[in-house]
Amino acid sequence: MSSHAKAAALDLAAPYRLSPSVALRPEPFGALAYHFGNRRLSFLKAPELVELVRGLDRHPSVGHALAGVPDTRRAAFRRALASLAAADMIVPQRSGTGAPP
Amino acid sequence: MTTLHDPPPAERVPALVEQFKGGLNAPICLTWEWTYACNLSCAHCLSSSGRRDPLELSTEEIKSVIDELQRMQVFYVNVGGGEPTVRPDFWELLDYAVGHQVGVKFSTNGLRLTPERARRLAATDYVDIQISLDGATREVNDAVRGPGSYDMAIRAMENLAEAGFGDFKISVVMTRQNVPQLDDFAAIADYYGAQLRITRLRPSGRGADVWDDLHPTSAQQLDIYTWLLAHGERVLTGDSFFHLNALGSDPLPGLNLCGAGRVVCLIDPVGDVYACPFAIHDAFKAGNVRSPGGFDRVWRESALFADLRRPTTAGACSGCPAYDSCQGGCMAAKFFTGLPLDGPDPECVKGHGAAALASVDAGALPRQGKDHSHRTVPLGMPAVRTARPDRLCDESPLAGAPLAQHLKGTS
Repeated sequence: MSSHAKAAALDLAAPYRLSPSVALRPEPFGALAYHFGNRRLSFLKAPELVELVRGLDRHPSVGHALAGVPDTRRAAFRRALASLAAADMIVPQRSGTGAPP
Repeated sequence: MTTLHDPPPAERVPALVEQFKGGLNAPICLTWEWTYACNLSCAHCLSSSGRRDPLELSTEEIKSVIDELQRMQVFYVNVGGGEPTVRPDFWELLDYAVGHQVGVKFSTNGLRLTPERARRLAATDYVDIQISLDGATREVNDAVRGPGSYDMAIRAMENLAEAGFGDFKISVVMTRQNVPQLDDFAAIADYYGAQLRITRLRPSGRGADVWDDLHPTSAQQLDIYTWLLAHGERVLTGDSFFHLNALGSDPLPGLNLCGAGRVVCLIDPVGDVYACPFAIHDAFKAGNVRSPGGFDRVWRESALFADLRRPTTAGACSGCPAYDSCQGGCMAAKFFTGLPLDGPDPECVKGHGAAALASVDAGALPRQGKDHSHRTVPLGMPAVRTARPDRLCDESPLAGAPLAQHLKGTS
């Protein structure tokens, strides 16, 4: 439950990646994300958000990844990422681009 | 269990419930019955279970469907029956599924949940257990599920709690007799560290025989709705009470739509695929997993599912201001009570269902095609009839949500 999740606040300056415990299933609306650890299901409701999440580990920071998102959508995408971080769907990488934590 | 955040108007995307209506690449909530055999004979069993069917899927066939589900990324299934644990290969299949990234929540009456088994299950990730209980007292439970079934369920819960199996589910089908026990069920769940799940009684299977006597009264429907609004945060419902949303302005948490063939389906013990667990009838049969292309092709290509994924009309309910709230209710409930699918639910809270039922010819009601009930001969004793575990999905995507939306998986 979200109330139990240790509120993992999104750090825009840190590099993130899709949690290794999470699988993404493509769907017409975007993707369904399933976390094998906490058994949560999330819905990514835009294909562009799915791309952003998949490619997160190629960026030195979340902020950097968000910079490539059109202005009109950036705020919504940032909120989506914060929500995904709170659900442990995306997790910080401890060091550098692309390196697993 | 949803994390909500408000996107700016420019980013408003259609509610999930709208997206779901067109169907998904694979089900979210797949119920899979592994056998029609059951040690009980519950009066309201929605699959008329009792005796094993000789054509049930073999161990190897079930494993092959699990492989397919893994490829389709069906992350978990709700396994039921009958009583699934009476299959000699049940634990082997459970391990196989978990080992192939297909989590299992299984429904049981508690038959095989010994202390030792409970300890082993507590040590297994990715398995969830749902114990069926239809009365908070022995008297109320056993009247529906049969003598001894209350004690068996309680013993299983004690074993699970003792083994430290956290957060198993206690699954209750709401009946006229047990609606007054809602608080007592919640207390039982708290006592065992379990989570309460209540679902709607359907006139499916043997449920059709007892529906008139067991389905909640109108006053009780309001009790259920009010109770869920007050306690719904911790209680699962399989989203089965959305027809009650027309009772007030506050919607119940959960998915307000019929998920049949869209996000939900059933694979029965012989491999037949139905639109939902409550609709075991040829009219809702989409295919069989043994056919070429397997389950995947049935899910993607069946004409029936394509039809269920098309936009529906309100039919006889058009013009009713409550339609947006109740969505016309439950397809299976309508079908098995002889009502047209594009009309009111038999338990329509506006009373339209009761009116429609008055003109139904009881002799012409559709019967479930597969009756595996025990052939019992009453010898001065009440026949032991008890329900097989109920199940439905508990996923509750809230509508109107933002770009990323969450719900807890197998609860």
